Amino acid sequence: MDTHDPMPPVLDVAGLRTMFFTRQGLLRAVDDVSFSVARGEVLAVVGESGCGKSITALSIMRLVPSPPGRIVGGSVTLDGRDLLKLDEAQMRGVRGNEMSMIFQEPMTSLNPVLTVGSQISEAIRLHQDLSRAAAADKAVEMLRRVKIPEPAQRAREFPHQLSGGMRQRAMIAMALACNPKVLIADEPTTALDVTIQAQILELILRLQQDLGTAVILITHDLGVVAETAQRVIVMYAGRKIEEADVGALFAEPLHPYTHGLLASVPRLAIMSGQVQAAQERLQEIPGMVPPLTNLPTGCAFAPRCRFADAQCRAAFPPYTQPRRGHWVACWHSERLYGAGA
Amino acid sequence: MSDAGKPIIAVTGLKKHYPVRKGLLRRTVGQVFAVDGVSFSIGEGETLGLVGESGCGKSTVARAVMRLIEPTDGTITLEGQDITHLGKAELRPFRRQMQMIFQDPFSSLNPRMTAGDIVREPLLVHGVARGRAAEERTAALFEQVGLRPAQMRSFPHQFSGGQRQRVSIARAIALDPRLIIGDEPVSALDVSIQAQVINLLMDLQRQKRLSYLFIAHDLAVVEHISHRVAVMYLGKIVEYTDKTSLFLNPLHPYTEALLSAVPVPDPRLKRRRRVLEGDVPSPMKPPPGCAFHTRCPYAEARCRVEAPVLQEAAPGHFVSCHLHVAA
Repeated sequence: MDTHDPMPPVLDVAGLRTMFFTRQGLLRAVDDVSFSVARGEVLAVVGESGCGKSITALSIMRLVPSPPGRIVGGSVTLDGRDLLKLDEAQMRGVRGNEMSMIFQEPMTSLNPVLTVGSQISEAIRLHQDLSRAAAADKAVEMLRRVKIPEPAQRAREFPHQLSGGMRQRAMIAMALACNPKVLIADEPTTALDVTIQAQILELILRLQQDLGTAVILITHDLGVVAETAQRVIVMYAGRKIEEADVGALFAEPLHPYTHGLLASVPRLAIMSGQVQAAQERLQEIPGMVPPLTNLPTGCAFAPRCRFADAQCRAAFPPYTQPRRGHWVACWHSERLYGAGA
Repeated sequence: MSDAGKPIIAVTGLKKHYPVRKGLLRRTVGQVFAVDGVSFSIGEGETLGLVGESGCGKSTVARAVMRLIEPTDGTITLEGQDITHLGKAELRPFRRQMQMIFQDPFSSLNPRMTAGDIVREPLLVHGVARGRAAEERTAALFEQVGLRPAQMRSFPHQFSGGQRQRVSIARAIALDPRLIIGDEPVSALDVSIQAQVINLLMDLQRQKRLSYLFIAHDLAVVEHISHRVAVMYLGKIVEYTDKTSLFLNPLHPYTEALLSAVPVPDPRLKRRRRVLEGDVPSPMKPPPGCAFHTRCPYAEARCRVEAPVLQEAAPGHFVSCHLHVAA
């Protein structure tokens, strides 16, 4: 839908809808979400817990646990092929090959009883016609690329022998082993310490530039978004509510939720060069995210929004493009236009 | 801030070493130097932020101060009284003065008790109020932390994460303590909820002149809430000063690296990143000399053999680094 980007999209998600059929009722985890990613682009998906960002990622990978979950609509087009129409065997050929995913906690996604090297070479041999020895060599080579010291030695070790940062590096090595077109990273640095987080983000960005991989980065950390992404999608209660270039989103958010989110983050002094002398209150967004089983009609943010009126409570707003490449779903976005963050 | 009279809590030379046992006879083969000589004090109405990465010993400090674990060495003084070696019964009146809030309110709240019972329990245990009086006091506490008294009948699982943390806070302030230790109290919360809880903690501090030991890994949060900050690395405090000096003029290379590693929510700022190489060494085998020398970009020969001590490099600004202290 967004055509200002000169690069043709590698991945195009249109009208994606994923629902969970639970005893508590119908849960609209992802509701009419559309976006696209170009080759070599980093697209960030931000939002708070339960906003549907992880389920969006799992839907693209066709990994939504079913039952109770089901993708009920939309399309996910990777290089002209709709992944939602593939059968499970064809999909296995896509996962880990054309499209890979890394998760928050590498310990739970690595097999504890297999060596790191054998897991990576297994992933390679699944998609490429290589001998055992050649795949093992390639695994070591991948570990070297992700800057694991003594890669040949590390390849023979088990996941528990590696530190958290090293494990995430090993996951990245595995994910990129088949040179995928798209890498989905779901909170890849959330479990890591800040100095290790900096290492991993730098690594992902460098490899992404070297290999031209498109990256979908899912995170709740606005700092990570600002420093890594070119474009951002903000999600709230299963919907995409805003999409913009990273500069425009931070400089002039057009959705009241994005605006509130940016204002509620405490900021480091090194940004402004001065520490506020008195202890100031942070700006809050009142209330909390509504449960997905019991969403209000209309805009889900309305109960917490200072601009909300009858129209907001009646119908979900259409996507408008007040500025080139800046999309927002809000009846009152003009109120924030020109307001800045 | 700290000059206003005597400190509420003073910790001197605190150490906690854990033995590492191995083999059939469980022989001690080594020590984990979880906390290795930590000193600080907190004045009335003051917040000391304690920052550092996982495994640096910040939670161990909190537990030792609360006397939940026995320190190997050092003293803990609460309002002028040495409580380091008090027995269980003697400690009881002092327990009222110190309360703790944990990161995950779900595992620190009993799932079978109603929120009202959870908050009321300390009142009953310490014989502060009972019956109708306890009931009214609990309702007042609920209102103070922004919950409705009607929610006293709900169970922890019926609350959201932010509300559960409010219940923990209500329990912590029930006995009018002087000191609250928060061990990553907002880390598990979403951004918009985190701001609500931080504001609540700061409001309560102002109303009650509470002192906080605020442990966190998020430097922006620490900067926001603290008056003074201590940075820990491998069981030791490496820098200790007021927040303005720490954030505007960090002296220790580790502090500098920590600050430079924090992703800043402003895409216009393309900062020069100083990415630290390597991992934190094991606290079982801390490197000789300065524990940070294995990752320090400025390390010299001296740093590898001689351990620096915490010294005052500028008025009120303590740092443990050979670069900043005259030989």
